[in-house]
Amino acid sequence: MSVELRDLRKAFGHVTALDDVSLTIAPGEFLALLGPSGSGKTTLLRVLAGLEFPDSGEVVIDNRSMHGVPARQRGVGFVFQHYALFRHMTVARNIAFGINVRPRHRRPKAREIRARVQSLLDLMEIGHLGQRYPEQISGGQRQRVALARALAIEPKLLLLDEPFGALDAKVRKNLRIWLRMLHDKMGLTSIFVTHDQTEAMEMADRIAVLRSGRIEEVGPPAKLYAEPASIFVHEFLGESVRFSGTVADGRMRVDALPDVGTATCSPSGPAVALIRPHEIGLLPGPGPARCERQETLGPLRRTRISVLDQAFDVLTPDGMWTPAVGQTCRLDLTRARVYPAADDRPG
Amino acid sequence: MNRRATQESPAARVALVTLTILLLLILLLLPLVVVFSEALMRGFGAMVDSLAETDSIAAIRLTMIVAAVTVPLNAVCGVAAAWCIGRFRFPGRGLLVTLIELPFSVSPVISGLVWVLLFGANGWLGPILNRAGMHIIFAVPGLILATTFVTFPFVARTLIPLMEHQGAAEEEAALTLGASGWQTFWRVTLPNIRWGLLYGVLLCNARAMGEFGAVAVVSGHIRGQTMTMPLQVEALFNDYDWVGAFTIAGLLSLLALATLAVKASLEWRIGQRSEALL
Amino acid sequence: MRIAQRSALPGFAPSFAVTLVWLSLIVLIPLAALALRPWELGVLGVWRSVTEPRVVAALRLSFGTAALAAAINVPIGLLIAWVMVRYRFYGRNLADSLIDMPLALPTAVAGISLTALFAPKGWIGALLVPLGIKVAYTPLGILVALIFVGLPFVVRTLEPIIMDLPLEAEEVAATLGARRAQIVARIVLPALLPALLAGFGAALARGVGEYGSVIFIAGNMPMISEIAPLLIVIRLEQLDYAGAAALGLVMLLASFVILLLLNLLQRRMIVHA
Repeated sequence: MSVELRDLRKAFGHVTALDDVSLTIAPGEFLALLGPSGSGKTTLLRVLAGLEFPDSGEVVIDNRSMHGVPARQRGVGFVFQHYALFRHMTVARNIAFGINVRPRHRRPKAREIRARVQSLLDLMEIGHLGQRYPEQISGGQRQRVALARALAIEPKLLLLDEPFGALDAKVRKNLRIWLRMLHDKMGLTSIFVTHDQTEAMEMADRIAVLRSGRIEEVGPPAKLYAEPASIFVHEFLGESVRFSGTVADGRMRVDALPDVGTATCSPSGPAVALIRPHEIGLLPGPGPARCERQETLGPLRRTRISVLDQAFDVLTPDGMWTPAVGQTCRLDLTRARVYPAADDRPG
Repeated sequence: MNRRATQESPAARVALVTLTILLLLILLLLPLVVVFSEALMRGFGAMVDSLAETDSIAAIRLTMIVAAVTVPLNAVCGVAAAWCIGRFRFPGRGLLVTLIELPFSVSPVISGLVWVLLFGANGWLGPILNRAGMHIIFAVPGLILATTFVTFPFVARTLIPLMEHQGAAEEEAALTLGASGWQTFWRVTLPNIRWGLLYGVLLCNARAMGEFGAVAVVSGHIRGQTMTMPLQVEALFNDYDWVGAFTIAGLLSLLALATLAVKASLEWRIGQRSEALL
Repeated sequence: MRIAQRSALPGFAPSFAVTLVWLSLIVLIPLAALALRPWELGVLGVWRSVTEPRVVAALRLSFGTAALAAAINVPIGLLIAWVMVRYRFYGRNLADSLIDMPLALPTAVAGISLTALFAPKGWIGALLVPLGIKVAYTPLGILVALIFVGLPFVVRTLEPIIMDLPLEAEEVAATLGARRAQIVARIVLPALLPALLAGFGAALARGVGEYGSVIFIAGNMPMISEIAPLLIVIRLEQLDYAGAAALGLVMLLASFVILLLLNLLQRRMIVHA
């Protein structure tokens, strides 16, 4: 099932939640909407489900415009952030709800419904919990019930709003892998909202990074990490060390390190160079950088470097040369990515 | 000394608690005790005899009728008000809440007066309706209207904070699962607010049966016809029939006690006290 | 025309319509009659009607006694609310229900039972006779009745505020060497002042309009123990609708003005707290 978002705009009063969002999601894809809080990702998900209406623009699901189609007729599975389980119903009745509210001629027999609920419970590995109430089960179990309830209506498109937000770290990690496998097994198209970049990197086929209601960049996690198109995406996905400087004649010169230069095709003028801690090279010899501290973390060594008023960590494989504490060294920043400083909008 | 800084000294605590209990007993419990003691003054038989009087039975019947009409009407409209105020944002929402609560801040006598101004012999609509043979003031419809006015806010005022607190997520979940508006209301909303609704209805009913000032103004005090129980209490009291007056007062007190007991258990269930005072 | 911001939840229009129609029929139209009918007398007539000596005496009695009763209820209510929130004692749940008694007990019942209690031969009245205090059938009786009906308003207004008082503030004060009495006077009471005022206002508003619990014990002597609501009833019985409406309107407006002023005062206090 393909999904297409065309020029979506939505404002709440004076606050712009979605600002000209366009995006295409391929059938079978697992897409993460990633962004800081208030970036519009939940609004986007709710617009897709028909719980919120865009001021302009269009949602097209499976080549059918959703304009004027109410939530109840979209057949989209939605997993709410705090699960929104019906607290007065048992787990089994929660899961059966979407089938039970169908018109009589489209409703299967009671026995069939029961069998379907049980198979969903089994699929979620909570087969024994059918007769419990939501308040009697754990957070991770509730998450699975919410998922089973959404899947009971056999949606082709599954939307998940911060599905792991309310769970503790260990449960979260297990559920992530399990959910991704479920997605593949059932042939779903899934879109999930998260503010956790590790989660997005681990699970998604593609990540759409949102910022102030706009899509900043869309792409596979590895590409977004290795070649982020903007300063914002670079700093939002993974750790970054930042140097400011100037580009002239195709070379970036860092203010703090006049003798360090990086070739770039960025236009001349004030610029920002960003580099990941493991991409920084440490070279022996007298230089402006000084080693402050050093730790070995298993296969890696973390070296705390200070340069003038700036301090940052460098990660190197254990066994590579690093300066001793107090020793100075030179830096190799050739792997840095250079962006025009004008792109550096806050927020 | 292991007393915490946020506590009074042990002696002070005992004194405060004792004083509180004494105050509660004298100020609040004693009037209740007096009711039953006066009703039983001439023994149990006299009490039962006074209840068997036709006027008393008529008053009890009329009170039931008034409550049976008023409470369901206000319950349905209270749920409607709670749905539109608790689930939607619209301009004038705050004003609507204020208007709904208005009857709470109006004197009972004024709550009756307004109906006389409309439907009384010198009222705006009274003469026209009287010519058509319809009587509202000094008749049962007037009692119902006055009681409806007085009990108007109870259900809405209980449900609005409850629905706001619960949020709309479960209803939205039902919609995404394919439920229609009515299915969502009957299967999700109503079960979630049922104890709160019962609470509001309970308070509404207690006030409907016990209201005095508003109905006193519109009743006309026709014995056996327009006398609710509280009005009958007044009539008997003014006739120096103390046993009769306190017997019906005793019945109303039992209603009050039952209301308080159910109220306490509902508060435990919904985990909060309603913002609507009786 | 769309009134509410568009929502996925259905049912706004019908529920809004039901609410508005019901509100108009039951509350707004009748209150409009109250606002409009007095003017049949003309402006001067309304003025004369509400400045009759008997009316002025009744209004002064109603507002004055209600204010006094509310003021007496403030310390009593504070004590009860404090003990109910801070202490656990045997019978506390029962006591909690008892506080609602004046609200649950029909006013006519409260009226006759207070009368029976405070009549010269009553349980309490008999004790007061030797002291020369007469409660029933005097303005003092009105005061007693208004204390009874107003108490829950003060207690219920204070309880949630006391519950939310940060214990840390009291603990910090203690670590700084304050004695318990100083803590109560300098930390606790100032924090409760706005709520005390709100409770006072709620009890006052209830007392001004109170009818059922008062008329039995008041004696209802014109100029002495005749409350304003009773005067409305008397005017209605004389078919003086406009005069009754004028008095009702004055009472309502005066209550609103007082509540508004108390509200403003309360806000100032919160800002300066």
